[in-house]
Amino acid sequence: MVLLFGCSKSDQAAAAKVAGAKQGTLPPNSLLIGNGTEPQDIDPQIVTGVPEHRILMALFEGLVTENPKDLSPEPGVAEKWEISPDGLVYTFHFRADLKWSDGTPLTAQTFIRSYQRMLTPSLAAEYSYLLHFVKNAKEYNEGKLKDFSQVGFKAPDDRTLIVTLNSPTPFLIKIIASHYSWYPVPIHVIEKFGGMDRKGTAWTRPGNFVSNGPFKLKEWRQQQVLIGERNPNYWDRQTVKLDEIHFLAVENQDTEERMFRTGQLDMTNELPLAKTDVYRKENPEALRIDPYLGVYFYRLNNTKPPLNDKRVRKALALAIDRESLVKNVVRGGQQPAYGVTYPGTAGYTPEAKLTGTIEDAKRLLAEAGFPNGQGFPKLDLLYNTSQNHRVIAEAIQQMWRRNLNIDIGLRNEEWKVYLDSQDNKAYDIQRAGWIADYVDPHVFLEIWGSDNLNNDTGFANPRYDELLKQALRAKNDTERYGIYQQMDALLVDELPVIPIYFYTRVAAMSPKVKGFYPTLLDNHPFKYVSVTR
Amino acid sequence: MSNVNTTFLSTALHQPIEKGSSLWHDAWLRLRKNRLAVFGLVALGIIALACFIGPFLSPYGYEDQNLELGAAAPDAKHWLGTDTLGRDLLVRLLYGGRVSIAVGLSATFVALTIGVVYGAVAGFFGGKRDAFMMRTVDIMYSLPFPIFVILLMVFFGRNIILLFVAIGAVEWLTMARIVRGQVMAIKKMEFIEAARSLGFGRRRIIFRHILPNILGPIIVYTTLTIPAVMLLEAFLSFLGLGVQPPMSSWGVLIKDGAEKMEEFWWLLVFPGTVFSLTLFSLNFLGDGLRDALDVRSSKD
Amino acid sequence: MFRFITTRFLQSLFALFLVISATFFMVRFVPGGPFTAEKAVTPEILRNLEAHYGLDKPLYRQYLDYLGSLLHADLGPSFKYPNRTVNEIIADKVPVSAELGGISLGIALVIGISLGTLAAVKRNTWIDYVASSFGMIGISIPTFVVGPLLVLVFAIYLGWFNASGWYMPADRVLPAVVLGIAYAAPISRLTRGGMLEVLHQDFIRTARAKGASEFRVVTRHALRGGLLPVVSYLGPAVAGILTGSFVIETIFQIPGIGREFVNSAFNRDYTLVLGTVILYAVLIMGLNLVVDVVQAWLNPKVRLEA
Repeated sequence: MVLLFGCSKSDQAAAAKVAGAKQGTLPPNSLLIGNGTEPQDIDPQIVTGVPEHRILMALFEGLVTENPKDLSPEPGVAEKWEISPDGLVYTFHFRADLKWSDGTPLTAQTFIRSYQRMLTPSLAAEYSYLLHFVKNAKEYNEGKLKDFSQVGFKAPDDRTLIVTLNSPTPFLIKIIASHYSWYPVPIHVIEKFGGMDRKGTAWTRPGNFVSNGPFKLKEWRQQQVLIGERNPNYWDRQTVKLDEIHFLAVENQDTEERMFRTGQLDMTNELPLAKTDVYRKENPEALRIDPYLGVYFYRLNNTKPPLNDKRVRKALALAIDRESLVKNVVRGGQQPAYGVTYPGTAGYTPEAKLTGTIEDAKRLLAEAGFPNGQGFPKLDLLYNTSQNHRVIAEAIQQMWRRNLNIDIGLRNEEWKVYLDSQDNKAYDIQRAGWIADYVDPHVFLEIWGSDNLNNDTGFANPRYDELLKQALRAKNDTERYGIYQQMDALLVDELPVIPIYFYTRVAAMSPKVKGFYPTLLDNHPFKYVSVTR
Repeated sequence: MSNVNTTFLSTALHQPIEKGSSLWHDAWLRLRKNRLAVFGLVALGIIALACFIGPFLSPYGYEDQNLELGAAAPDAKHWLGTDTLGRDLLVRLLYGGRVSIAVGLSATFVALTIGVVYGAVAGFFGGKRDAFMMRTVDIMYSLPFPIFVILLMVFFGRNIILLFVAIGAVEWLTMARIVRGQVMAIKKMEFIEAARSLGFGRRRIIFRHILPNILGPIIVYTTLTIPAVMLLEAFLSFLGLGVQPPMSSWGVLIKDGAEKMEEFWWLLVFPGTVFSLTLFSLNFLGDGLRDALDVRSSKD
Repeated sequence: MFRFITTRFLQSLFALFLVISATFFMVRFVPGGPFTAEKAVTPEILRNLEAHYGLDKPLYRQYLDYLGSLLHADLGPSFKYPNRTVNEIIADKVPVSAELGGISLGIALVIGISLGTLAAVKRNTWIDYVASSFGMIGISIPTFVVGPLLVLVFAIYLGWFNASGWYMPADRVLPAVVLGIAYAAPISRLTRGGMLEVLHQDFIRTARAKGASEFRVVTRHALRGGLLPVVSYLGPAVAGILTGSFVIETIFQIPGIGREFVNSAFNRDYTLVLGTVILYAVLIMGLNLVVDVVQAWLNPKVRLEA
């Protein structure tokens, strides 16, 4: 073992030549991943993005971790856990001899202090709301409660963590397994570099950084590469197959694809749309199309006439030929969406579906006072600047024109201007997407609650809000999913948004990479991944 | 550069303004003899004519899609092929040409006018006025362009005039610096001093005596500005300013085509060729114009 | 000369102050902020975030604080990259862009000036046509086309280089060539234009009449005046080339500062926007000063006046 991870300084030379065909000195079991944009940071309590998430999965491990194939919760730091019959108290039992990568012991107390940091108002952690299910956590986070001992975390001994919740939260264990907001952080290091409540201190720099996952940080060169190497203190080190993981920050899809072809990458983050067909024909074994738990949809401004009329919303929704769009325009094996909840999310598939023909759409529009589109005001379809969104918008614009004889203008905005328009409801129709953080239908349904910050449509339905509350109080998943069926039916009837398709993740991946299974969240526990060169 | 250009001096000083037209007439005659310039002029004419008349002759509209067809190589029905939504590339290229030619010429004209006048005034007067004007140029260079453009849209909405303002705001700066440098070099020459001593007004000296002598660099830089403006238009449409899809422009077509050059070569090759051809023609015409307007070389 | 430079320095300092002030307020009026995200942040957390970065203070206070820290050469923390300061980001990335820019500038000047001069001297011969065509092609084919094309040919089909990255010396070749050509093209056109102006002037004829060799006439006498437009163009162009190109750095995945000019604006990373603007403004003002000095040197009739 010692020989294997004795990566010396001379490897820096190898790393300097990183990437692909021309390097001979890269450790043979190294994985080169195209990872999108440069990570903001690698502090799990600070970051918010997908590239960061992937890196953190390699460097950290939470109480519970994910099965590599179906992402179901598996023992991580905790070898077992119990949930009280009322669903309010979670007890986690830790493994013996857990250590950070620098050899410092990792105890239940470390977890409590980590969560305290996450909830400290002045740290301003953006994902702190994923801890708000815990008793008094929200109050502490908002500064209303000063005494952390009143927050629902207790550690009777070094190897036991007890978490008490506000209300039973049936999907909490999935959040803990899938989301980095519940990871521990090395308090002993953080305190050395500026303290618990400061953002962006030097603790995440190479040399200072300490983690508890299968890999530890070896090198981080901004806007180039972040390299993780084996963590000799990881409890399950025997399972780990890779010697190194190189996360290359490659923003541009086309650049990334070319790097894949020269062997500078083993897998890409995305694949340009035009390349999908080429790979299908010429290099099918390198094409990966995995399901991806998210929905692409158009938000409608429910407060603005004529979109406040559900017949108009339905007419617009029915006039889109999703099959053709998916087959001819997006072309990445996506499923047409006739509802907002991803079918088969944690065993739940909505029964209600958007149904109707173009004729129905025309009739509805006529009933709403616009026979054959006459008198229909000129609405705008807002999208953020990107070729893919534009092409979809152009295709749908044509479908509306052909099928309903209405003229919808296209309006593109730069990303943050677009988000600002969304927040202020300064739009008529807006392209949007929603990607799940954990595998549960709740993710897709909660956002249409009237007080949800991500609603942004003006849709407010008291019955829907009531069902949402009921679902969280449900005794078991059967009862909960029954309520979700009613909610999905209500959404398909009201159509505050127009579902378009369910995402897939399209990427290029070398057949030499093994153990990288298709999963709904695009999470891949790296300890099971291997590569043969 | 100390010698007086006597030929020019006599022409410039003794030619009454009314007869100015004959200078242009002579220039036109010289231009007609320059084969490359004539080629440029004719090619530009054909391209412009095609863009403005062509779409009426095409059976397709710029937004007519055929999703089943998708991106298809050129054939008898679609002479230049179709894009990924199955739209006829030829007709989109012609419509895009209207946008690009209009934007390219008018924004360049704006930049040219501001840049030349500003640079000439700064260079001619020198001193504090020059310092103030040139530091203003430095400031304009330094402001962050994307922020500037987004702010323009926030305050004035999306508006085609903003497109010219945004382009004009950046493209005149280098022109002004070039003109200023030339003017400073020329203003101390004897024939200018002579004009001064004859009591000519400063405006007359700048426009009738100095500018004609620095036409060369102005024309060359103008021909450099036009393609820059056309490509800048594509960046502005990224920020949401400019033409909105499904309408397109050459800059946007080339940008889209560049991303698919391996799969659908025609999407890059045809827009790129037309774009290059236009610029070649412009350059030939520009060179010809320069020669034609240059009194000295004609007397060689 | 000394007086010219000090006056100019003071003027530029004031202009820089205006640039900083204008930019400071401009970025704040652009819709969306550094924490605007697709998944909405709760108002409480947003308040915490703003308090953390001092964005909750009145705007004039933030402005004065920023100017105060500038006096200590502190450009502040980055909003997008919380564990990096703007000083660090600039110090990390400027050398990369400057290295690439320096090589490209060399290529651009050598190719641009020699082709332009050759075209002017051999005017209306096939040499002129070839040289001019190179210039026009270079101008009309944008870098986002040339870059990927060269990668396809030399990295993917021939396998001589990496497709992108900034790891070995060979990784400099393709981006430097693309960037160099992009600037060589306009330089060659401007050189040709400038030289044509000069070559007909009497002093050149005088030099020829005195029996100087053509080479000497061109290099010793004509280039001085002929390069005037190029020199004016080079001020802003060198500032642009040394601070990196957004397109080139994105296509070739180069960790330079060029990308930050655009990305910082898109990320609403207020401090980084200001940092890059200051960097660029200093370069522009410095280089335009150099240009003015060089112009005076090229042409003794031009007096330096400030």
